[in-house]
Amino acid sequence: MRRWWIYLIAVVGLIAVAAPFLWMLLGSFKTDGELLRVPPTWLPEAPTSGNYSELFGKANFPRYFLNSTLVALVVTAGNLTFCSMLGYALAKLNFKGKNPLFILVLGTLMVPGMVTFVPLFVLVTNAGLANSYPGLILPFLVSPFGVFLMRQFFAGLPDDLMDAARVDGTSELGIFGRIMLPLTRPALATLGILTFLGSWNNFLWPLVIAQTEDKYTLPVALALYSTGQNAQHYGLLMAGAVVVVVPVLVIFLAFQRHVTKGIAITGLK
Amino acid sequence: MSSATLKGPATPVAGPAPKPRPPTKRSGAVGRQTAAAWILTLPFAVLFLAFTAGPVLGSLGMSFTDLKQRDLRTPFAVNGVGFDNYVKALSDETFRKAAFNTAYFVVIGVPLTLIMALAAAVLLDKGVKKFQSLFRVGYYLPVVTSIVAVAVIWRFVLAPDSGLLNTVLGWVGIDGPNWLASKTWAMPSLIMMAVWRNFGSAMIIFLAGLQGILHTVEEAGQLDGASAWQRFRYLIVPLLRPTILFTSVTTGIGYLQFFEEPFVMTQGGPLNSTISVSMYTYQQFGFGNYSLAASMSYILFVVIAVMTFIQFRLLREK
Repeated sequence: MRRWWIYLIAVVGLIAVAAPFLWMLLGSFKTDGELLRVPPTWLPEAPTSGNYSELFGKANFPRYFLNSTLVALVVTAGNLTFCSMLGYALAKLNFKGKNPLFILVLGTLMVPGMVTFVPLFVLVTNAGLANSYPGLILPFLVSPFGVFLMRQFFAGLPDDLMDAARVDGTSELGIFGRIMLPLTRPALATLGILTFLGSWNNFLWPLVIAQTEDKYTLPVALALYSTGQNAQHYGLLMAGAVVVVVPVLVIFLAFQRHVTKGIAITGLK
Repeated sequence: MSSATLKGPATPVAGPAPKPRPPTKRSGAVGRQTAAAWILTLPFAVLFLAFTAGPVLGSLGMSFTDLKQRDLRTPFAVNGVGFDNYVKALSDETFRKAAFNTAYFVVIGVPLTLIMALAAAVLLDKGVKKFQSLFRVGYYLPVVTSIVAVAVIWRFVLAPDSGLLNTVLGWVGIDGPNWLASKTWAMPSLIMMAVWRNFGSAMIIFLAGLQGILHTVEEAGQLDGASAWQRFRYLIVPLLRPTILFTSVTTGIGYLQFFEEPFVMTQGGPLNSTISVSMYTYQQFGFGNYSLAASMSYILFVVIAVMTFIQFRLLREK
């Protein structure tokens, strides 16, 4: 192979990036004793699925898994709906206040999450939504990032399509829903995947809002496990981390073209 | 963020702002568009005001009051205290320590992340033709992984005796420290972890940028006898300037909010050696000092805005 050493560097880099994942996966099949051994072992000496059966038996993980899935799906559906609606209006319709609205939405992209955190907590708690699904979901139903992405995509579509539809007597909302929206499938896929991943991995908000176990999402449960009485139960933690990561990896690998393209388009995480 | 940041060479879809539409002849057409625009905007606007813009302003208002946890049920029946919270925050020693740590993290972490990202992008763009997507996906994996899972993994990577890192260091005869328990090494540990986790997202943007640079430019340089390094330094880097601006701004904004790594790994310890502004803000929130936490988050916001402005000034085409 030509320039084999370039491949060597690339492979060494890949190993450095992937080794911790591999170690986690292998570690989830080890016993706690083996995980603590010095020097550490790579392959499990006596592979056991005990960590997983404990996780799904005693540890309520199916419930957390369902919570994470439910929250992520609703948040994704909300973002796809509302962000594409506003993105279209900002890109393709003329109305008063359009530019100030766009600047306001973009401006909030720069605001750190911490700034909204406290008042959001006060708001949600006072609305009686603490420890509820609406409390977990509502603050994330729309995102400035989603509007930005969708607006950029709609702006790239030709206006002629809309004019042709107007001549044919299609209503304005019909033009949006039946003609323009289907053309943005790649952008919707990007936004959908990024939103799903973001929601699935979201940690801080569910940590403060979910107060009883039945509302925990996977990252919250895993974090509490890793600091609570199970902190020494390393095998269980590894298995828990695998359960948090693997669905994300599967989704990401299946749709990685869209994700990386969408990142490149917008330059945002 | 202005649309100027999108002028990078590789924004296939991000078009210019839509051209103003020619005036429609029918008199009702504009009205119909306005009505449609209202319907399309309203749901977003309501949610956005309630859960984003409202809280942003709420935080500002809160930072000038004495709101504490006990007032939570009557958040409007509190007293204004002027700039007291800001004075208190800025004269707090731990806050200053947090500001120092955040600066440390940004000053070391952002360049490291960008260098790693650019190196990986050049490697994939120029060198690796076969299996390119495998490497791209591999390098990007940590970006899409939950910080909590990352924490579980890295606690083992950084463990003093049985840890992956110290085992590897042991092969070359280096006796690694107890990373997270050391006042000196805790921050470098978190920076290492953050670079590992984040360089993939800047790499993707650099890759897109590199693919936008015409290869004829490089071939011309090659014909003129420029070495690979010279071509990189004098042709590629200048042409990538808009992309570098973009990634340094977005990475900088992200790193100034440095929170998750200390939150899951060290809780700011040992002895506040990894506490960040966001982390300290969150701690004050936990203590019920809501208005103080709000003022701290606004100080952070102002710093982010100023830094972003400066970066734009410095890196814009001269």
